[in-house]
Amino acid sequence: MSAKSKGKSRVTIFPDWCKGCGICAAFCPAKVMELNDQGKAVVVREEECINCGFCELHCPDFAIMVQPKVDSEIPAGSKSGQVNASPTGSVESEKSIKEKG
Amino acid sequence: MADIKGTQLIHEYLRHNKKFPHVFCSGCGHGIVLGSLIRSIHGLGLSKDDVCIVAGIGCSGRLAAYVDFNTVHTCHGRALTFATGIKMAKPGMHVIVVMGDGDSMAIGGNHLIHAARRNIGVTALILNNNIYGMTGGQCSPTTPAGANTQTTPMGQMEQSFDCAKLCTAAGANYVARGSVFHVKRLDSMIMEGIMNPGFGVVEIMTPCFTQYGRKNGFKSPVDMFHALKKNVIQSDRFDAIPEEERGEKVPSGVFVKKDTPGLEEKFYEMAARCQGGS
Ligand SMILES: Cc1ncc(C[n+]2csc(CCOP(=O)(O)OP(=O)(O)O)c2C)c(N)n1
Ligand code: SF4
Ligand code: SF4
Ligand code: SF4
Repeated sequence: MSAKSKGKSRVTIFPDWCKGCGICAAFCPAKVMELNDQGKAVVVREEECINCGFCELHCPDFAIMVQPKVDSEIPAGSKSGQVNASPTGSVESEKSIKEKG
Repeated sequence: MADIKGTQLIHEYLRHNKKFPHVFCSGCGHGIVLGSLIRSIHGLGLSKDDVCIVAGIGCSGRLAAYVDFNTVHTCHGRALTFATGIKMAKPGMHVIVVMGDGDSMAIGGNHLIHAARRNIGVTALILNNNIYGMTGGQCSPTTPAGANTQTTPMGQMEQSFDCAKLCTAAGANYVARGSVFHVKRLDSMIMEGIMNPGFGVVEIMTPCFTQYGRKNGFKSPVDMFHALKKNVIQSDRFDAIPEEERGEKVPSGVFVKKDTPGLEEKFYEMAARCQGGS
């Protein structure tokens, strides 16, 4: 992980992939995220992120991304706090887990 | 893919035509294992085509569906038999088997000990959540004594297997135990297990809140991660604690690392000898 200094990272959560387990919120050393009233993780103190890597390594749903903050690289949508609901669009319906079990 | 890392790297290896979020419950450790496996393979610089993931049946077995390597979803308990065939036919392939504790040590227990005895060159990841997750929380060979499960409502009365010791005794070349809380260490165990010759086992302690935690005093998946953090400790620290005070502590680390050639290496060496006529 890169430099342990604050304010240099952009933390993105994909709400469609987040299942609200709360692992990121419970263990983030900088208390960057909280669970909202819909039970999803949201970024509330991005500037405190020290890019320790914990959340990216432990999110069971690959729903958090921590990237270096380069202003010109930040798409307009995420500046205003909006993110894509999921990192991908396409989805294929799958047989139910029970059918296979 | 050179400088991609973290979650972005994981997304590069997922099959995005599958349904996401994946099927695992909120807070299930299996997803963390999938991330660790992807980072490990990427870290070793292996090509996707040179990796084959062979999964058994159980929630753990679902991992294979989501990831863009050669993958086989096999029968309950029999993943190691498919893997043995694949490794014998394609010795250059990195064959990685993903099984649950029930899959690997109950229905598949015989295959596990014989894969270890044969020392076939595959790497088994055993996702030990102490329970049959998929089928509704029946007790497994690793459910701790006293635990409350669907089939042991008055407390589990049998002894439980120590997976790492079982595989060690059966002759595995590489045996390690890690947890989904201690992920960086887990990454290095998986990498070492893949590169070590012969049969390798990485037992991974991972929580199942849905079927185990709820019945055994845990308030949330987060609670179970706190328990992993506290209880899964390095084996030298574990050994230093007097036996009667170990309680729920579990030793972690690399227990066995031998370089005996795998069965497939011996086989192809024998085949070359026969063809050479000597
Ligand atoms: C031959 C056969 N017997 C029984 C089953 C039912 N079954 C499906 S998964 C499973 C146990 C899974 O437990 P485990 O291996 O611990 O994996 P987990 O779901 O906890 O990841 C069982 C008994 C089956 N699919 N096939
Ligand atoms: S760890 Fe992942 S799935 Fe869990 S609450 Fe955080 S973002 Fe959501
Ligand atoms: S990288 Fe570390 S500090 Fe930043 S949000 Fe994730 S857990 Fe918190
Ligand atoms: S039942 Fe348990 S093992 Fe299966 S997905 Fe849910 S938490 Fe994971």
